[in-house]
Amino acid sequence: MNEMYLKFPSLSENEVFARNAVAAFVLPLNPTLTELSDVKTAVSEAVTNAIVHGYGGAAEGWIELKCRTDGDLLEIEVADRGRGIEDVARALTPFFTTLPGEERSGMGFTIMQTFMSGFSVSSAPGEGTRVKMSKRFGELEANAG
Amino acid sequence: MNLQGSRRGDNLYIYLSGELDEHSVAKVRERADKLIDDNAGLSRAVFNLAGLRFMDSTGIGFLIGRYKRLKKYGMDMYLENPDAGADKVLSISGLYSLMPKI
Repeated sequence: MNEMYLKFPSLSENEVFARNAVAAFVLPLNPTLTELSDVKTAVSEAVTNAIVHGYGGAAEGWIELKCRTDGDLLEIEVADRGRGIEDVARALTPFFTTLPGEERSGMGFTIMQTFMSGFSVSSAPGEGTRVKMSKRFGELEANAG
Repeated sequence: MNLQGSRRGDNLYIYLSGELDEHSVAKVRERADKLIDDNAGLSRAVFNLAGLRFMDSTGIGFLIGRYKRLKKYGMDMYLENPDAGADKVLSISGLYSLMPKI
């Protein structure tokens, strides 16, 4: 069992830092290249959401990233104390974005859900957003082929 | 994040390299658009992704943005050589139906 906790300001250069930090943290679990890429992409999506949507692109707040490994399971939590999401169900809809003019794809949550074994999000307006994800390494690809 | 272009025959080739995310995309967006504008009138643009070591959903937005610009000029768009990670992101978003992988 291992754990780590990072706290960093909502600066976009921390997107690459966060995903590579998690990648380095899980290396002892011997993830495949695909698993590692899945985790990095999901973390990048969650942290980008916190920066762009939670804090509106301004370096006005902190993002907390917690990771825990137990056996072949990785659990990740990404939390911000930003604006929060008004309608979570709608935010989870593929291609839905609140910022259509900025070339946002609206696929962030869909990617997190698809690439990870477990996913949940809790949020309330004005109270921030907390994304929890898990990945079990060595799992057969459910959608292989 | 880097972007280079070259023209061969009737094709504009755009080579992306590095890590494409929300932080790095601004750097290449303008340069891609300038290359497209400077080569309007060619029949197609091929985005070569071989040098991309990472791409998240920001890449989807970036590619759709360039697709729309190319469409205005009547140019088709194609993608080539995504790595497995980029391929997965592109596949689940259905992007290949707009810009086929060649």
